[in-house]
Amino acid sequence: MGAFLSYTVIGIFTGAAYAIAASGLVLTYSTTRVFNIAHGAVGMVFAFLYWDFSVKQGLPVWLSLILVLGVCAPLTGVFIQRVITRGLGNAPVGASLVVTVAMTVMLIGIARQIWPPDARSLEQYFPDHLIHMGSVIVTWQQIITVVVSILVAAGLYVLLSRTRIGTAMRASVDNPDLLHLYGGRSDIVAALAWAVGTSLAALGGILLAPVIGLQYFDLTLLVISAYAAAMLGKLTNLPLTYVGAMGLGLGQSYIVGYLQYIPGHDKLTGLPAVMPALFLFAILVLLPQAPLRIGQVKGLVSAPVPTLGRSAVFGGGLIVVVILMAAGMADSDLLLVGTAATYGIVMLSLVLLTGYGGFVSLAQFTFAGVGAVAYAKLDQPNLFGLLVAVLISAAVGALVALPVLRLTGLYLALATMAFGLLMDKVVFTSSWAFEFNNPLNAKRLSIFGTHVNSIGNYTIMMTVFFVLISLVVVAVRRGPLGRILIATRDSQAACGTLGLDIRWVRVALFASSAGVAGLAGALLAGLRGTIVSNDFIFFNSLLLLVCVAIWGVTSVSGAAMGAIFLMLLNYLPGFLGKNESTQGLLFILLGAGAILIGRNPNGLMFWVFKIPSWIQGGLFPVLADRFPGMALKVRDFAGGDRDDEVIGEPGGAHAHRDEEEVDSDAVAAR
Amino acid sequence: MSVPILECVDVHAAYGRIEVLRGVDLKVPRGAVVALLGPNGGGKSTLLKVISGQMEKTSGHVHMAGVNVHGASADDLARLGLTTIPEGRSVFPNLTVEENLLLMSYAGVAPDKVFDTAYSYFPRLHERRYQLAGTMSGGEQQMLAMARALTSDPALLLLDELSMGLAPLIVDELYETVAKIAESGVSILCVEQFARTALRVSDYAAVMTGGRVVATGEPNEINEIMADVILGGAA
Amino acid sequence: MPLLHVDDVVVQFGGVTAVNHAQFEVEEGTITGLIGPNGAGKTTCFNVITGLQTPTSGKVLLDGRDITRMPVHRRSRRGIGRTFQRLEAFGSLTVADNVRTALDIHDGFSGIFRSANADIEHLLDRVGIAGYAQERADSVPTGVARLLELARALACDPRLLLLDEPSSGLDESETEAFGDLLKELASEGRTVLMVEHDMDLVMAVCDAIHVLDFGSIIAQGTPAEIRANKLVQKAYLGYADEADAADETKVMSL
Repeated sequence: MGAFLSYTVIGIFTGAAYAIAASGLVLTYSTTRVFNIAHGAVGMVFAFLYWDFSVKQGLPVWLSLILVLGVCAPLTGVFIQRVITRGLGNAPVGASLVVTVAMTVMLIGIARQIWPPDARSLEQYFPDHLIHMGSVIVTWQQIITVVVSILVAAGLYVLLSRTRIGTAMRASVDNPDLLHLYGGRSDIVAALAWAVGTSLAALGGILLAPVIGLQYFDLTLLVISAYAAAMLGKLTNLPLTYVGAMGLGLGQSYIVGYLQYIPGHDKLTGLPAVMPALFLFAILVLLPQAPLRIGQVKGLVSAPVPTLGRSAVFGGGLIVVVILMAAGMADSDLLLVGTAATYGIVMLSLVLLTGYGGFVSLAQFTFAGVGAVAYAKLDQPNLFGLLVAVLISAAVGALVALPVLRLTGLYLALATMAFGLLMDKVVFTSSWAFEFNNPLNAKRLSIFGTHVNSIGNYTIMMTVFFVLISLVVVAVRRGPLGRILIATRDSQAACGTLGLDIRWVRVALFASSAGVAGLAGALLAGLRGTIVSNDFIFFNSLLLLVCVAIWGVTSVSGAAMGAIFLMLLNYLPGFLGKNESTQGLLFILLGAGAILIGRNPNGLMFWVFKIPSWIQGGLFPVLADRFPGMALKVRDFAGGDRDDEVIGEPGGAHAHRDEEEVDSDAVAAR
Repeated sequence: MSVPILECVDVHAAYGRIEVLRGVDLKVPRGAVVALLGPNGGGKSTLLKVISGQMEKTSGHVHMAGVNVHGASADDLARLGLTTIPEGRSVFPNLTVEENLLLMSYAGVAPDKVFDTAYSYFPRLHERRYQLAGTMSGGEQQMLAMARALTSDPALLLLDELSMGLAPLIVDELYETVAKIAESGVSILCVEQFARTALRVSDYAAVMTGGRVVATGEPNEINEIMADVILGGAA
Repeated sequence: MPLLHVDDVVVQFGGVTAVNHAQFEVEEGTITGLIGPNGAGKTTCFNVITGLQTPTSGKVLLDGRDITRMPVHRRSRRGIGRTFQRLEAFGSLTVADNVRTALDIHDGFSGIFRSANADIEHLLDRVGIAGYAQERADSVPTGVARLLELARALACDPRLLLLDEPSSGLDESETEAFGDLLKELASEGRTVLMVEHDMDLVMAVCDAIHVLDFGSIIAQGTPAEIRANKLVQKAYLGYADEADAADETKVMSL
């Protein structure tokens, strides 16, 4: 009984802290429709900042709290709303996911850069004063957290129900345009929501840091608990969010306490850590079906699609370059080239899923991990083993998509995130995968009996795989499947009325994308010879997404450039653990890049694709004027220039065509 | 002649390549009620969107009380005395009646005064003040929307399709309110598909088709041609 | 037996009743008009028939079979096609590829090895927009996009075609050609149900007209009957005086 009460006390404390963080998430999402993936990272950075003020610089606790919660966090919130996420509420959900994921990466980079890895700790409040309630010991930290969560709830209630600006916050959820007609300023409303929301993230981080520890990732992933709690209230209902947070806190505490009584518990040591992810997944599965949206026309996509022939030429070129490199490079460098090919193939799977299909996956590297484990465990280092590994990954991908078949956009992305964490903490560490982070051995692949043994040859082979899959992706895009994918993105309602069951398209898409990622993982396992679960940690998926977002997720060339880019980063001293001192800086650069560019799904390739038409349309005429004798062929690009026109009907609420698209004709006309 | 409260001069507006307003000229004299009639797709609602600052015009001028309002945002205009009741139910469905009224005070009238005016004019709203607006009947919701016109003390009121989807008696009630607001000296431009209903309360009327104002005149003159315009020449 | 039977359908959005015990039938091989003032619930009726909106109560029967709970795509397989008032063309695809996609979806695997070019050309030609085949669907005029939606729906060879304001955005001569096309479709045995504001068109091509007002059918009949109907005139033009309105409300509450 005493134990039960103790677990309850811990559960209430954890739940209260979750509730604080979750309510901030709900506030920002419900007023601006931007789901902030980086909510946990924000809390993490401010927990570090609080440590810096109160411990490192020795400021009084009250002053540190005021500085962090009253000044820095709100100002950061306003900055995020004004500069980083402005206008994302009306953009496709993919854009806001990419931008906030990029923000997560950037914030982790900032934290690493300012506070390099070191042993730090935040003390609990009044650690020496324990309160004995019968057999149960309660700490002041716990009491303070619970009291603060009640105060936050009361404060939010007063703000949202008793003040005009709070009422305006709730109104802007329904209809921001109407709020304008009422004379309300939705930008002020949004800025206030983000200021308060960011402070709440910081508060949650500060209260939990003494318990969890000042760790970049642990504190960032805390947000999963906030997501799960907020999801119970469908991201808009605060009371239900509190209920969800409490339920999650208690459940987690009881699991920790009573796990030892469950048979086979020794294999479930990761379970308490993934409770939030499981909880999130369960709620997502139980969410009701979202109706098909109608009344929006939009054309997006439109990175130019090369012909198969052109792609083959480029692919051949790439292979030749790698062959030349293989001849002159050291093994350790070749390993990096091979790894880049892996990244490239995983990015291709994102081109398929996100670029063509419009779904964001936050756990693409996890599927690669599934492929790697399957390949290593099968111990069939040949094409058959590779195929089985791919099929297993595809099946797992379908399994993730199936339960959440009815969901769209944001919810689907969160489901992949929950899945990624689950695999990270439970499956990859369990005895039938990596066995507590032990390395797993895999053999090099043999093709029709020919062993590809040297690293050089293996790297060439991986490049060939990359090129082949690129060709397949281009072929898919040019074929009926690609058109159907784009059609489902443009109008689900129209696809439905034409007889297409969109749900199965989605499952098939997830499965094939996971299969491609699994192939990459299997090949990587063969390349490395040994793999560890850390190769496939969840955070790598985010890094990869950020990278491909910078170069453009809508084109195969974007994936190729993204992979080469990642490889070049590998050469810089200090990438991925080689040199701790610059890693943070890299994360910051990557994150900032994706924030700047990620809104446009065509990424940097958008600008690259424009160069030819700019040369022909802008430069040639100028040159022709200057040097009339030059035999430059000036072509009329009037029809090929980008046009930002919006189609619509009188009075119709039409979605606007993405302004920043590449006109495919302009490039195809070359 | 005094300066009109609203004057549109050669206003053009387009959705992308499709031009919806093709040179609209329209005047609303101070204190007058002007009905803007015409078939669907004629550009009436688009014109209101341009005037209220929700949509940018491609060319032309909009003057309010003699001032050229160019680039003013919808919320700026709302605080300066322009009240727009857009098409459909222009209330916040997930807020209570009282919360909706509270937000109406953004136009510049103190909340208490907003409540007083609204409840004394529509006692039904007082009965339902803690009810979510979205759960009320269409007529009651439109009453709540009209409360904004009553309480915000506008210089110019824009009404878009007040009657849409409402039973005739309720439409009638709403137009009584419009007449009452007009008596207090507010200038009104109202877009309406039910020509006869709107013409009853208006001083002038204009007919829009194809993105232009094709006829203006006294209500009885316009009434005669409306059946032809809406139901086709054969009616 | 009528091809389509909308049986006592009610759709409520919160406190607002968009469709209020609507009841009407559409006979096979006819062109039927569904008219009424703005906000009368016409598009909501279409959404109920195609499965995009679940009715609060009531049934939809196709060929006497209850399809009220059937998902959207299966209704399409049973021969219901539609166009949208607010356009739902695939904006990123060309006009021709819009139709190609519809054919791909309709034909499934059996269509993979067949070249669809002739069919596409034929369909685009039929609705009169062959000249736009290679333009992106989000850059063509509204009228063309509407005709494109019609071509796309025709690609699935529907028995029942629901057209939501098909003529808006068309000029006079285009509307006339469109009227002829509708008659041609009906003569092939297809059934057309259309929401339309151009009364000249409705009166010229429809075999039967249902008038929807406040979510209920207030009149049914031939074009001539509807034109002479006082209720209909009132529904469109409003009421000359209060007594008139009071009478009307009484009639409706009966």
